[in-house]
Amino acid sequence: MRTFPIGGIHPSDNKEWSKDRAIETLELPSEVYIPMIQHIGAPSTPIVKKGDKVLTGQLIGQAVGFVSANIHSSVSGTVTSVDAYPNGQGQRRIMVVIKREGDEWVETIDRSTELKRECTLTPQEIIAKVRDAGIVGLGGAQFPTHVKLSVPDGQRAEVLIINGVECEPYLTSDYRNMMERAELILTGVEILMRAVSVERAVIGVENNKPDAIAHLRDVIAKGNYRGIEVMPLKVRYPQGGEKQLIAAVTGRQVAPPPALPISVGAVVCNVSTSIAVYEAVQKNKPLIERVVTVTGKELKTTHNYLARLGTPVSRLFELAGIPEGDVKLLNGGPMMGRAIVDITAPLIKGCSGLTVLSGREAARGTELQCIKCAKCVAACPMGLEPYLLSKLAKLQKWDVAEEHNVVDCIECGCCSYTCPSYLPLLDYIRIGKQTVMTNIRARAAAANKK
Amino acid sequence: MQTRLFAAPSPHIHGGEKTPRIMGDVVLALIPALAVSIYALGWRVLMITAISIVSCVLFEYLIQRFLLKGRNTIGDLSAVVTGLLLAFNLPVGIPWWIVVIGALVAIGIGKMTFGGLGCNPFNPALTGRIFLLIAYPVQMTDWTTSVPDALSGSTALADFKLQYVTNAVSFDNHNFLDMLLGDMNGSMGEIGALALILGGLYLLVRRVITWHIPVAVLGTMIIFSVCAAIPMGGAMLWQMPTFHLLAGGALLGAIFMATDYATSPMTHKGMIIYGIGIGAITMIIRLWGAYPEGMSFAIFIMNAVTPLINKYCRPKRFGTK
Repeated sequence: MRTFPIGGIHPSDNKEWSKDRAIETLELPSEVYIPMIQHIGAPSTPIVKKGDKVLTGQLIGQAVGFVSANIHSSVSGTVTSVDAYPNGQGQRRIMVVIKREGDEWVETIDRSTELKRECTLTPQEIIAKVRDAGIVGLGGAQFPTHVKLSVPDGQRAEVLIINGVECEPYLTSDYRNMMERAELILTGVEILMRAVSVERAVIGVENNKPDAIAHLRDVIAKGNYRGIEVMPLKVRYPQGGEKQLIAAVTGRQVAPPPALPISVGAVVCNVSTSIAVYEAVQKNKPLIERVVTVTGKELKTTHNYLARLGTPVSRLFELAGIPEGDVKLLNGGPMMGRAIVDITAPLIKGCSGLTVLSGREAARGTELQCIKCAKCVAACPMGLEPYLLSKLAKLQKWDVAEEHNVVDCIECGCCSYTCPSYLPLLDYIRIGKQTVMTNIRARAAAANKK
Repeated sequence: MQTRLFAAPSPHIHGGEKTPRIMGDVVLALIPALAVSIYALGWRVLMITAISIVSCVLFEYLIQRFLLKGRNTIGDLSAVVTGLLLAFNLPVGIPWWIVVIGALVAIGIGKMTFGGLGCNPFNPALTGRIFLLIAYPVQMTDWTTSVPDALSGSTALADFKLQYVTNAVSFDNHNFLDMLLGDMNGSMGEIGALALILGGLYLLVRRVITWHIPVAVLGTMIIFSVCAAIPMGGAMLWQMPTFHLLAGGALLGAIFMATDYATSPMTHKGMIIYGIGIGAITMIIRLWGAYPEGMSFAIFIMNAVTPLINKYCRPKRFGTK
């Protein structure tokens, strides 16, 4: 069975806590906070003001430039404020606050549940619809999907890879989508194949989800979905990393930055993103809701909710019953998720799960000296030397860190996870990576001026 | 009680591997060899081992406390491992005070001078042993004291050396099965070949070590000894490599000493180069050098080369050929 070529770890997947929880539609929130930045790229410009009436699915934030994404209202009601509010990490971001009144949708959106398979649009038309709908990568990266689908001149896509790996422990939203909404995923895949003009699509799923693999295969056979293959992959974190997944599926490695997946003929989309694409193209529905897992060992109940974006995460946690004592709330899973410090923050496009770790589970051990055990080197899926990069960042030797390819780091956390001396390797490497990237951009800007 | 949120960057969970547990595994892996040694050489083995371990731990504690004034580090159990390995490299008849001096050199000079665990360029136990070999050559190569009658006064490797320089090599007097089970002369920890192999397998299963270093060391030794046996031909072709793997410190060195984290390379490729170096130097000393055994010197020399290996053997960057 295939997997990616180097590094990786095997954290316990902890999916049993929420994997059998069917998707429930969350009650409509009384108020939503919708950030104008929920994507990689330029923040969108709010096009509504206080007092405006908006409908569900109405455009309220206009994308700025190509690498950016539209933002839509997830409820109908009145705009009560357009101002800076804290996001999950406590950073203040421009958000549109809407007080909900009923649930009146924009007329052009087809709200029927009937599956609409036929699509005769051209690639350009599909990409335009995806862009209009404000779709971004729902696996967590939040990269605008229309940018991914726009294959640059002179390059050609050969295979569409659909990411159903969900290698992050605890999270089950992609899994639930594969189990309950396979037709939507597969129809979305057909549309995506059309958008990038490929005959072949591979859905990569780790073999700890045999039922999802069997179900997808069953639906493919029954629905006669052509050119779509489900590929079981050997369980190993971080297989859901874009470069890791491409290598696992095709055997080809994307060259170091700034090379993109298209350089090896691959376009990668998440399974949940595929559903959003289906809905946007076939039903004119913008990205206003998503499936989100709420999970943790000590929660009273775990859930997989279909929730409107902008819903305060506090509501989701409330319904699950946060335990008392020290807890860490995560936007995402325990390996790459971000700690939430302000629970009034809203649910955003890239949030595939909210994980609650107990203080004990998330506790960091006492830092000891590096014993040069080389476990971090063996675990790094990018072929880096984490112990060295971390030390270089600590000593602020940015140029040496750059020579040692610190910008290749995908921040998967395998190094810190595996370190027997409990060194916060990734904390330092992340600082090194950010500093070096800033330096590289500054150099490029200076070169441009000349 | 209230809910208190706390925050830190990802990753938010840890694999649970800990330095003391790794060191504990090494200790555990050495127990079978210790048992064989006690069985073959008597209870004095336990006394020497205990003196060595206690001295190493004590010196680390005292140096950290009174000279370096740092955090107490004996809890990481690395001093226990050093003590155990040092004892394993000594003859059973060694006077107790020499053991204490060896421990002082191992911990004091070999380890703490450089900043403690992980910072030492040379394997501390080997530093101690090599110091003792130079300072107390007579006591360090005296295999007769308190050794049961069954065993003679010289090691198999010393016998071999004598035969090899006079072109009269014969393994007829060696029963390889006895050597495998521990019935031979040598340092306390090196005689139980089978027990050492078992310990090595345990370390592999527990992922404390990888196969690269032991296989490279032993593989190189096999190739060398087969080549050396070619002129003699016949049964020598298998007897020579078997003898060299079982005699002396080959297994103890390849499995437990050469794999010391701090002093061995960081990449698998580097580990293989390092292992080949150790195997080659060991055999060169054994076949043509002045000493009958070369494992300690070989590891020591390759320890010195490790930083250079680390500089040139970088891991393969993802996406490059």
